[in-house]
Amino acid sequence: MPKDSGIGASSKRREDVRFLTGAGNYTDDINVHGQAYVHFLRSDIAHGRIKSIDTSAAEGMPGVVKVFTGKDFEGVGGMPCGWEVTDKHGAPMQEPPHPILAQGKVRHVGDPIAAVVADSLEQARDAAEAIDLDIEELPAVMNMKAAAQDGSTLVHDDLKNNICYDWQLGETDDAKVDEVFANAAHVTTLDLVNNRLVANPMEPRVAVGEYKRGTDEYTLFTTSQNPHVIRLLMCAFVLGLPEHKVRVVAPDVGGGFGTKIFHYAEEAFCTFAAKACNRPVKWTSSRSEAFMSDAHGRDHVSKIELALDADNNFIGLRTNTYANLGAYLSTFSSSVPTWLHGTLMAGNYKTPVIQVNVKAMFTNTVPVDAYRGAGRPEATYQLERVVDKAARELGVDPIALRRQNFVTQFPYDTPVALTYDTGDYNGTMDKLEAAADLAGFAARRAKSEANGKLRGLGINCYIEACGIAPSNIVGMLGARAGLYDAATVRVNATGSISVMVGAHSHGQGHETAFPQVVADMIGIDESMVEIVHGDTSKIPFGMGTYGSRSLAVCGSAMVKATEKVIEKAKKIAAHLLEASEADIELKDGQFSVAGTDKSVAWGDVTLTAYVPHNYPLEVEPGLEETAFYDPANFTFPAGAYACEVEVDPETGQVTIEAFTAADDFGNIINPMIVDGQVHGGIGQGIGQALLENCAYDENGQLLSASFMDYAMPRADDLPFYEVDHSSQTPCTHNPLGVKGCGEAGAIGSPPAVVNAVIDALNSGGKAVDHIDMPVSPSRVWAAMNS
Amino acid sequence: MYSFEFEKPSTIADAVAALGAEDAQALGGGQTLIPTLKQRLAAPTTLVSLSSIPEMQGVCVEDDGSLAIGGATTHATVAAETADKYAALSDLAGHIGDPAVRNRGTIGGSLANNDPAACYPAAALGSGATIITNNRSVSADDFFQGMFTTALDEGEIITTVHFPIPQAASYQKFLQPASRFALVGVFLARFADGVRVAVTGASEDGVFRWSEAEEALNKEFRPDALMDLKINPMNMIGDLHGSKEYRAHLVGVMTKRAVEACI
Amino acid sequence: MTQVSMTVNGKSVSGDVEGRTLLSSFLREHLSLTGTHVGCDTAQCGACVVHVNGEAVKSCNMLALEANGADVGTIEGQANADGSLNVIQQAFQDHHGLQCGFCTPGMVMSAAALLKENPRPTESEIRKYLEGNLCRCTGYHNIVKAIMAASGQDVSSIAAE
Repeated sequence: MPKDSGIGASSKRREDVRFLTGAGNYTDDINVHGQAYVHFLRSDIAHGRIKSIDTSAAEGMPGVVKVFTGKDFEGVGGMPCGWEVTDKHGAPMQEPPHPILAQGKVRHVGDPIAAVVADSLEQARDAAEAIDLDIEELPAVMNMKAAAQDGSTLVHDDLKNNICYDWQLGETDDAKVDEVFANAAHVTTLDLVNNRLVANPMEPRVAVGEYKRGTDEYTLFTTSQNPHVIRLLMCAFVLGLPEHKVRVVAPDVGGGFGTKIFHYAEEAFCTFAAKACNRPVKWTSSRSEAFMSDAHGRDHVSKIELALDADNNFIGLRTNTYANLGAYLSTFSSSVPTWLHGTLMAGNYKTPVIQVNVKAMFTNTVPVDAYRGAGRPEATYQLERVVDKAARELGVDPIALRRQNFVTQFPYDTPVALTYDTGDYNGTMDKLEAAADLAGFAARRAKSEANGKLRGLGINCYIEACGIAPSNIVGMLGARAGLYDAATVRVNATGSISVMVGAHSHGQGHETAFPQVVADMIGIDESMVEIVHGDTSKIPFGMGTYGSRSLAVCGSAMVKATEKVIEKAKKIAAHLLEASEADIELKDGQFSVAGTDKSVAWGDVTLTAYVPHNYPLEVEPGLEETAFYDPANFTFPAGAYACEVEVDPETGQVTIEAFTAADDFGNIINPMIVDGQVHGGIGQGIGQALLENCAYDENGQLLSASFMDYAMPRADDLPFYEVDHSSQTPCTHNPLGVKGCGEAGAIGSPPAVVNAVIDALNSGGKAVDHIDMPVSPSRVWAAMNS
Repeated sequence: MYSFEFEKPSTIADAVAALGAEDAQALGGGQTLIPTLKQRLAAPTTLVSLSSIPEMQGVCVEDDGSLAIGGATTHATVAAETADKYAALSDLAGHIGDPAVRNRGTIGGSLANNDPAACYPAAALGSGATIITNNRSVSADDFFQGMFTTALDEGEIITTVHFPIPQAASYQKFLQPASRFALVGVFLARFADGVRVAVTGASEDGVFRWSEAEEALNKEFRPDALMDLKINPMNMIGDLHGSKEYRAHLVGVMTKRAVEACI
Repeated sequence: MTQVSMTVNGKSVSGDVEGRTLLSSFLREHLSLTGTHVGCDTAQCGACVVHVNGEAVKSCNMLALEANGADVGTIEGQANADGSLNVIQQAFQDHHGLQCGFCTPGMVMSAAALLKENPRPTESEIRKYLEGNLCRCTGYHNIVKAIMAASGQDVSSIAAE
């Protein structure tokens, strides 16, 4: 029986009521009295040297408050990168400055050159048109392999080349890797592209900066997944402000998917300009602006080689990847192709020798950073495509080949720096085979063929490292931040509870799921627990929400804080019940003395904590506890996915006929929300596989610069999904045994889709090895006819 | 958007008068024009809304059985009111954009804009429609003059579009996956005096008639009649959604499917 | 500036607007009805869908002056008179048809328009109708399911919870 409340219940989301009635409070809904509006004049060329900027005409235009250029920010820090990667020779990555407004050069279409603050947005736009720019256009650096060659045009003149770092993980001895491949019975090689994507949360980014002279205090309202991270970066590295004078509020946020993790120039600008103009300053991104100013995702070009022995055991794996970082280092960009990607190349398999090589490149494109999955989709895609190709070349069943090579003993130390604590990949595959009715596939294929369509089945396995992360480990790997999280459990006198959390909910349903945990631990109704998040003035210092970490890390902090609360409440109960603390039990909101019928209710104990008349002298009044939680390891959600497609052989059109996900997320707090997270991830993954493509031309012009050319998945592009998460191996090192579910769908689905398309084409007699994503009708048709 | 004055006349005569002002522009449903204005790609001094002119609204059946559709009639209205009179036209109108766009966008606005990937130009050209403006009639064959270019003079508005009803017709649209405009759309209409095949989405010159296909189908109205025909990819649009060769191929496939739908 | 008057959620309202003021701006900025969202500038995302004289339109793609005299319905006017969620809203909550909530007002308004013209739509009719409403969170599964449920159809056999 499904539970109807607490851990394991599909409690309906309480936040839905405000969203369904138009009562949400998103950043653009916030208007501060007297606010002015900023419009950024952005570069319309990819690469150029700024010779002059004349703002005099613009300054005299109606409504203009002030016009800013790079000169106004010469004494201010640039946008920082939060992760220093060390290259394979031990040198630190090349780290060019990232100014708030361009200084000296523009480096991508959309690079902000000047900012006009005016009484209205249209006045700011009018004035921006009156700014006289003299920019000498330079050749655009677009192709990563060409950019890596000596003599290439430099994106940053002060760097020695366009390579941010040349990084390696796994086996460092090239000769040993060569030997494995030389001795292999079979080697499968694949060149592939992981297409550049734009996250496109439905809410565009917004920032409102406010400054109060009387108290020297700043407030920044912003569309962020992690308000404390923004405050820290902006105060410590960009503007040099004391953190206690700066409040960052991320209210209701309309989706993030990674792209709202990062500290953006517009946030620092609005904060800075609010003081400089002595007026609140608001910026609302248009969608067109978002395409050229939100950090993009993915964009890897890879070669992967898999070595197998005569028994089809995986014996070696080597990858060479060019990763596009764009023109500047976004906040966590450097970590994505390295520690979030290379470490996952073992996948679900016990391959003994692995070597991962990554060259990260500067190009004249929008910065690239984490997007749902962040490095793990890129790893999974390479690995699962090459495994699928190997199965086809060897003529073996792709599921059998995977099963044969699965890791089955845990804990398992991979050759690429991770320790998988637990998992059951065969068990999860069993669930997939049943849920997807793989036994019935042949009949479904026959039916499709009778209708003139080709039908394919694609299988994929994935593992991800989530719940980022043990601070000491990521510190050693170059992170410039700790990755703990925090929660304060404040019990009110009448027994209701406010939980202040460092995690941020922008669709994940924390306001519903987190109370399920606390209420369950105490045995009270969920409605007595409220979650507070998104405001640095209200919550403890938390690192925010990304990397499927909220419940695994912040939820663990919340459990620890709740345990402290219960421990203290037991002392008070013991006093009231005149019993020993050791004998006090808490169940269903009642403290009782073991073996007796003596009890006192939760509400009486909490009231006593705040009205401490009859109270233990050695205990402080009040009932409020904070805990910080730093995880001992990553968590390792894993799963097996199956996709069935039909291909129209005349047009190359691919349609998704069925999609099944079997995931092992460990323990689950709210199954309804978990399913929803998987659905959304699959939708985005199918989008990447079939539709989405952020494309530039050779001059650095963005070709897919709006929804007219960037194909977002729509309802009729997608099917109903089968989702099974009954395979559960609880995480061994966090108190809830949870692993995280936010990114799985986006990681697990693209290879399943592409594998299915390739299977369909081969079933129709087309010997097609590979098609790069998005597998558009045009590309499928070209592959069929090449 | 740049600033502009807004006028909403209730007669064609008043609209034409208002459009006489310098840099005045007609506003149909605005589903293309308003996004264009947002990007500041147009700067009219006055927008003249055509949405409140009763004589430009609705679908009528003429004495000869043809349809007269007011220039300001929305796609949704055309889809609903031509369903039992001209099913292929209704089907086309019912698949432009999305429901909310169809409730605002108009046939006159679409034809006047002549987007190379829009659907209505294919219907008008494929049907041999006549475009009636405030001062003349223009046959569809003369109306479309290349991408975003028509026979309309400055300040001239489409008041009515006359559609003769064919014996059979079909519109086959292959979607551009992002915009949902036609990557390739083929409107095929079979009249007593011959077959017309109009292609949208494919050509750098905008909507065009595929005369080789018409000749072949006039000889023999069956899918196989198209088998040996090839469109020259040279003048096709090639972009990130499909190469020139792919569009040329799709023209053949969509035309064949239109024939199949008519048999 | 020109005066515009209309009925919004049953109340008469008016205000002075420019020719270029969009209906979405009039609702959000003049009337503080911020439930209508703006998610794109090319009339594709549908977060701004409202009803004008009973028909779904994209309010960021219509001038406020074009709605002069019209009867406009927004998400703020959808709940029952006692403030409880209406059938569609309730189905969205029951079936987890929203996550971040940003596309939700447009989805609910489109769903209402669909069910008015087609009280028992099939799965594929719903998916087709939502062509102009983008959601980045849900993969649409639970939105489609919620609309089917709101139309009185049994959705218990549809995958997942």
